[in-house]
Formats: sequence, structure tokens, C-alpha cells
Amino acid sequence: MSETIEKPYTAKDLETDQDVRWCPGCGDYSILKQVQKVVPELGIKQENLVFVSGIGCSSRFPYYMETFGMHSIHGRATAIASGLKAARPELSVWIVTGDGDALSIGGNHLIHILRKNFNVNILLFNNQIYGLTKGQYSPASEEGKITKSSPMGSIDHPFNPLALCLGADSTFIARTMDRDPNHLRDVLKRANDHKGTSMVEIYQNCNVFNDGAFFIYTDKETKAVETLFLEQGKPLIFGEGKNKGIKLDGFKPVIVDLTDGTAASDLWIHDETDRVKAGLLSRFFDSPKTEGHLPRPFGVFYTESRYCYEDALVEQITTSISKSGKGDLNKLLKGSNTWTIA
Amino acid sequence: MSKTTEVTKDITILFAGDSGDGIQLAGTQFTNTTALFGNDLSTFPNFPAEIRAPQGTLAGVSGFQLRFSSIEIYTPGDICDVLVVMNAAALKANLKQLKTGGIIIANSDGFDPKNLGLAKYPAGVNPLKDNSLEKYKVHEIDVTKLTKECLKESGLGIKEIDRTKNMFVLGFILWMFNRDMDNTIKYITDKFKKNPAVMDANIKTLKAGYHFGDTSETFTTRFQVEKAQLEKGEYRNIMGNQAAAIGLVAAAERSGLTLFYGTYPITPATDILHELSRYKNFGVRTFQAEDEIAAIGSTIGASFGGALAVTASSGPGIALKGEAIGLALMLEIPLVIINIQRGGPSTGLPTKTEQSDLLQALYGRNGEAPVPVVAAYSPSDCFTTVFEACRIAVEHMTPVFFMSDGYIANGSEPWKFPTTDQLPTIKAVFAEPRKEGDEKFMPYKRDEKLVRKWAIPGTKGLEHRVGGIEKEDITGNISYDPDNHEHMVKTRAKKVENIADSIPLQKIDHGKEKGKLLVVGWGSTYGSIKAAVNEAIEEGYDVSHVHIKYLNPFPKNLGEILYNFEKIIVPEMNNGQLVKVLRDKYLVPAIPFNKIKGMPFSAAEIKDKIVETLKK
Repeated sequence: MSETIEKPYTAKDLETDQDVRWCPGCGDYSILKQVQKVVPELGIKQENLVFVSGIGCSSRFPYYMETFGMHSIHGRATAIASGLKAARPELSVWIVTGDGDALSIGGNHLIHILRKNFNVNILLFNNQIYGLTKGQYSPASEEGKITKSSPMGSIDHPFNPLALCLGADSTFIARTMDRDPNHLRDVLKRANDHKGTSMVEIYQNCNVFNDGAFFIYTDKETKAVETLFLEQGKPLIFGEGKNKGIKLDGFKPVIVDLTDGTAASDLWIHDETDRVKAGLLSRFFDSPKTEGHLPRPFGVFYTESRYCYEDALVEQITTSISKSGKGDLNKLLKGSNTWTIA
Repeated sequence: MSKTTEVTKDITILFAGDSGDGIQLAGTQFTNTTALFGNDLSTFPNFPAEIRAPQGTLAGVSGFQLRFSSIEIYTPGDICDVLVVMNAAALKANLKQLKTGGIIIANSDGFDPKNLGLAKYPAGVNPLKDNSLEKYKVHEIDVTKLTKECLKESGLGIKEIDRTKNMFVLGFILWMFNRDMDNTIKYITDKFKKNPAVMDANIKTLKAGYHFGDTSETFTTRFQVEKAQLEKGEYRNIMGNQAAAIGLVAAAERSGLTLFYGTYPITPATDILHELSRYKNFGVRTFQAEDEIAAIGSTIGASFGGALAVTASSGPGIALKGEAIGLALMLEIPLVIINIQRGGPSTGLPTKTEQSDLLQALYGRNGEAPVPVVAAYSPSDCFTTVFEACRIAVEHMTPVFFMSDGYIANGSEPWKFPTTDQLPTIKAVFAEPRKEGDEKFMPYKRDEKLVRKWAIPGTKGLEHRVGGIEKEDITGNISYDPDNHEHMVKTRAKKVENIADSIPLQKIDHGKEKGKLLVVGWGSTYGSIKAAVNEAIEEGYDVSHVHIKYLNPFPKNLGEILYNFEKIIVPEMNNGQLVKVLRDKYLVPAIPFNKIKGMPFSAAEIKDKIVETLKK
């Protein structure tokens, strides 16, 4: 995808003349800023960038990016991006979606784009709430969530978004958050480097309808204990002063204290290409309120190299032309059986 | 025993049997042979929704009607001359289609007690034996037994032998109508080249059927239908969906665009996907999406990227696409939406025809969402009309509906096909790249037709945002301004109305320009109406026929034509849709004439209505 650029552009060049209209303090601002910062470093021509979104707060994103953009209809950005990529494989296509857009109304298209593996990047802004419609529980909201549409608490059991994506044979799964700009940028770069559908779940704070949903992972006091940052080839270590690690007891992850003599080499070493381990990692999903819960992982969970739909599509066309010659419309019009009336 | 040949101008045969009997194949093969011979023809396959409904039952009967002639014809025939039935259920379901004095060719093995029971004949009753068919000429052939006999040394199993029964029948019919077997033998050879045993068996059975006609004492008369005197030129046989597929490829070539076809399988539209997926060497990109919404979503993406994007479905699928059609309309990008209509509502009658969705095409979306609509009137006209749909979409930057239905989609007729250079070109207008210092790109700036330019990703300096939210005129920025919204709604409507400037004026198909009665049709009723009006005019009735291809916008002179007649009837295979639109738009007292049986009109039905209306 890297191409030489005649004139480099900057984050500033990616701003539009439109006022950004998210609520003051919304986590979306931070994501927008990091995307604008990272994209100029990716070696993609500005005119080859396309941002496609669905409906929801996050889906306003394209209006603020000086690229080609489409703010489409609820849940369908993934389907629209698939067609765009199939028609124009050379474009760099980014999908911006939210937990309602991608996991509820657009759930079907999400699993299918992952399976088909178009080379696009999906940024799923997860704030675990419907913000644009003013605060109903989403398919990512925790059980028992009190909202306007669930005054006695939501009955729905939530999706585990990354486990869902892994189940749909996603070839790249990562999690990051709005309040860790460096990590966010690193993950975005990794996502763009991956050839195939890159699924990035971004924990994003909705300070109006679900304020603090992820503070436990971002606040200084709790971050070290509650988060686990994944690095390829490195042991799973977390905690205050990196004092804890995770070991595998068969298929069961166990938290161990590194201060009592457990060696780092005995720990679970992160391997992004291990699907089984990625499955286990995606299940580090217990509520932080649960006694003995595992820390929430961030970073690249899983990546796999698999052919992209659009490449195979183009290849079939090339093969067909080399096998039977470029299509001749006159022959097609004529068909194989004709008769003449004189 | 000597055989006589009777020369006749016009024959309608109905092949009927279990949907697993290979009836459609036998019918198609006979059609191809008769087409190559030079007859005019029209076909009408009629099958149950179930691929293999319970054998021998009325629900499982599949039919293939073929009319061929030495004169020009417009329909597959109101009533049959020959009825070929493989079992009792096929006879029971189709006997009413046979003219008095018509020929029945019955596979007697399909009339055993079991089959008679399945066809719900009372115990002990066999229509072949009880003189109830004395109004017809009945020929019983034990096809099953003769086929078995013929292949007893083939080494094939009973099931495989049984599957060649249709070839015996086909061979016999070829003999009966004086057609040679060459084309069918060629077809069999090609189809079974990897399985020589099956190939030989089919050819052997075909020949056995043919020779049975020749040698059997029962059949003394063969029929001869001379070549038709069609317009001079080179012809091929074509089915509606096939014509639509080829039309799309042609439109892509004549516009210089890549064809992207995003769709989800649905009867009776899927054949277009099958056809197009074979044309990869034309650069055609087919995409079988996960659902109807994804199908149209993918085409919106492809169109945004500069492809000639087409989606297809039938009524239920179009309903699911409604919101996305609105998006395409707001984005003002080209898109062709094909609706191969079937009986509705809901799942309705998936394999039966109906002009079910005109109102859906015209009005079936939220908000003020005008979409141009064109409708094909015959199998070969699907080519011309889908090409025209592509032209309107690209040149007017709008989604366009192309309407066909199960009847013409699966029906076939001879087609005097064009050559590439006889086809018009389609002109896509892309926005040019911008240099530094150029003024800012305005995505919703319009030309005199109110059409905006196609601004595709990858074009330098054209970065811009589009979306479903109301846009400010010219800039395309989000706008909630009340005056702007009204202006944009009116502008989008005017843009569609302006298409009337680029389409031909409405012609009167047959009859005078002014008179007592006008029959107005659209879509697949063309053949039946034409045949009925021709007949009525010949008999001295004052009646004319107008067939509307452009349903939105209407041709500019349509009102003028309507006002020139004292009475107007509108035959439709629905509960009255075009008639509503005509009454609304032109305030004319048009009279609906409806048939909602999942079956096309017969010419006689329309003729009777013409006579009745004129007598009032």
C-alpha cells in the first residue's frame, strides 16, 4: 500500500473546515487527533484515503478528516467498504464504527467482512452505550446496566467484541483506548501494516451517558493492576512495578506473584500467531468487580496471514483473461447458436 | 404404414412432469432446435418453488410451455395444442390448458395406482382408461419401460436410466415436429463429455424416442411448421435474465466502466448472477454478499469508487434495500437496481410472476425519494432496457430501477442481436483532479440538467465527504437549514424530472392516435396486449395500444396521448398499480383490469375485456 508521495501532508492537512461537534470532553476527540497524527506517517497518498462510517457519534468521524469520506447508514459501513475495496483495491479504506453500529445493527456485515478478509482497517469505538440516541444500553453494555431503556437494569448479556471477531476468523485483532495516545498510535500503525481486515477495538469514554466506563483501565491508581499490555515475544507481566505475571496451568491462566521467585521465563509468552492463546486472551473479560479476575489485555491479540478477498477477485479476472482471452462483446452478443433470416 | 405430414402455422406445446423429470431441459432443447430452424417462438417455464417437491404430487408439477410458428407471435400461447405429461399429476394440473381436440402424450407408467393416488384421483379412476379424455387425442407411451428396455445393456443403474426419460420424450417430439436431433446430440456430447456412459445412454434414448415415432403404428401424423418471416438478419434465442446480464456487460463496455455486480441469491433474479459470474474475462466483478442490504451496500461502495454498480433482487429483497436506495439517492451516485418481480407480498409466490412492485419502485422509501424507473417488455427487451437504465444512472448520477418479472426473466424469444458498434455510448462525467491554487472542490455543484460530477477517490484534490444527512447545496456540507432542505428535496425531484428530456417520446404501439379505447400496459404484459389489440383491430374494433417503458419520469407526451381516447384500460398482473399512478398524475378515469394469479394474461382475456369495454 505504501506509495511515494509528491508532497508530504501533515496532521493539520487532515483537518476539515467543519466544526467538530462531539460533546466537549468526548473520547472521540483524542482518537481523531491520533488518527490525524498517524496517517501522514503511513506513506499513503491523501487522495487514496477513504473513511467510511455508519451511524452513531463515532460515525461523524469522516466529516472531520480531509480525505474522501462517506457517512453512510446504520451498520452498513462494512458492507459499503467491501464493495469499494472490491472495485478499487488500491485505495486505503478505513471503517469507523461504534458498538451499536458494528455489533448490533451491523453485526452481520461485521462477521462477514472479517471472514472475507478485505484489506481494510476497522476502528470500533466502544463506549458501551448508545450515545447519539441519548443513552440506551448497547450490545456491549454490562449486564444489569441502568439506562433510560432499562430502568431496572438491562437483561441482555453483552458481546465480548474481540472473542466474537476471533470466532468470525478475523485475521487481526487488537484493543487500545482513547486515553493512551501512544498505544493508540502504535496499534493503528500495526493495523494499517496488516494486510487483511484489521479489527481495532478502542475503549472510548462517553462522558455524557456512560462516563468512566473504562476509567479503571486508564486511571493512574488502577491502570497498572487492571491492564495487561501485550508485546510479541514478551511474557505477560502487569501490576504495580510489574510485580505480577500470568502463567498457563494447562489451558487455565493463573496470576502469579513475581516477587516470590517465579521466573519470567515460566510465564505465558505472548505469541500473536497463536490462535488458541488469542482465544484465551480474548476471554480475559471478567468484570473488574469479580474476585480474582484477570487484567484486561491491550495490544495486538492475534494476527494471521490469509489471502484478501479483493486480491483473489482480481486474480480470478486475470486468470480468466489469460485463459480465454479478453472478453469480446460481439461474440457475447452473438452467443453460440444463431440463424439467419434472409 | 404411411405417415402424413400436416403443415401448420402455429403450435403450442406444454411439457409437464415432476420437477425432477428434466422437463425444463427437454423444453429448452426443443426450443433451441426450433429456434435454429428459424421459427418465431416464445417460451414460458412454470415451476414449483420447491426444487424437488414430493414426487408425483400436484405441488411438484413443473411445466415448460413453448409456442413456435411461421407467423409473428407475441406470447407463449393462451392454450396448448399438445400436452406432454410424465405422470397423472401433470395431466390433472394442466388439462385445462389444452384445447379441445388437442393431443395428449402421456407416459403411461406415470398413471399407475400410486401416481394416480398422489394426483388425488379417486381410487380406481384412471383418466387414460375411463373415456374422460375423449375430447382429446390421447397417445399413451410407456416411456419408463421403453427407456429401460433401450438401456438394459448399458450397465447403468435404474436411477440413472430413469433420468434419461426426458430424452426419450424429446426424441419423440422432435420426430413429431420434423426436427432433427443434431443440436441435442451436440448438447449431450458437450454436457457429458466427462461421463461417456451417461452420454451414450442419453443419445441412445433420444434416438429411441425419435425412432419410436417413426416405427410405431400409433402415430400417423407429423407436423411441419415452416420458418417464420421475421425481419431479415441474424438471430439467436435469448432468455430475459440472460439478456439483462449481457446488457450490463455491454453497458460497462460502452461506458468504459468496470461492472460491479453485488447481489444476494433470490428467485427469480439469481440467474443474472450465474451468468455474470462467468464473464470474468470481461473484467466483471461479481460479489455474492451476505444479505440483501450488504449487496446494495457493496454496490454503493463500488459506485462511490467509480464502477458501474448494479444490484439485483426481487420484491422482498428490494424491501430490505430501501434505506440504502435512499442513501444512493442522497449521495447522487449512479446505481442500477434490478427487480425481477414475483408474486407478493412477503415471500408470496417465489416462482410465479407478478407485476408486484411498481409502487414499491416509485414510492417504497422513507422521505421524498424519487428514483427513475424503466421496465422491460419482453425477454430480449431486457437487454435494451437494462442498458438504458445504466445510461440514465451514469449520465444523471442517480439510482435507477430496472423492472422485469419472472415471466420474461425465464421466458425466451428470438433476438436480432446488435453488434457492439450499433450500441450507443454512455458518457460518465468525472470531476477533474485539482492543482494547488484551484478553488475548493464543490461536490454538489450541478450542470444544467442538475447533475453533479462523479468525484472518485484517488483523484487529487477532490477529497470531500458525502452522506445520508441532508446536505447543503453546492458544498455538500451537513445542513439542517429549513430552506436548504426544501430546496434540496425539490432539486432532487427536478433532477429526476429532467430525465424526461433525454428519453424518447411515447409511441403508440398499434392503432390510431385518437379513438374510443386505449389499452395502456407496462412490462411483461406487452405480448398479450399486443396480440389482443391486433386481433381486435382486425375485427374492426376502435382500440389502440400504448406500452410504457419509462415509468418515472413518464415520456413528456404521455398525457396528450391519454387525453385523446374516450376510455382507457390498464391490464396489470397486480391489483392495479400503474392505473393509480396514471389517475393521480393525469386525472384520467383509467379502468384497471387485473389478474393476480401468478400467471400471465392470455391474449383472449385481454381481447374479451377490450370488446366488453367497447360495448358498454
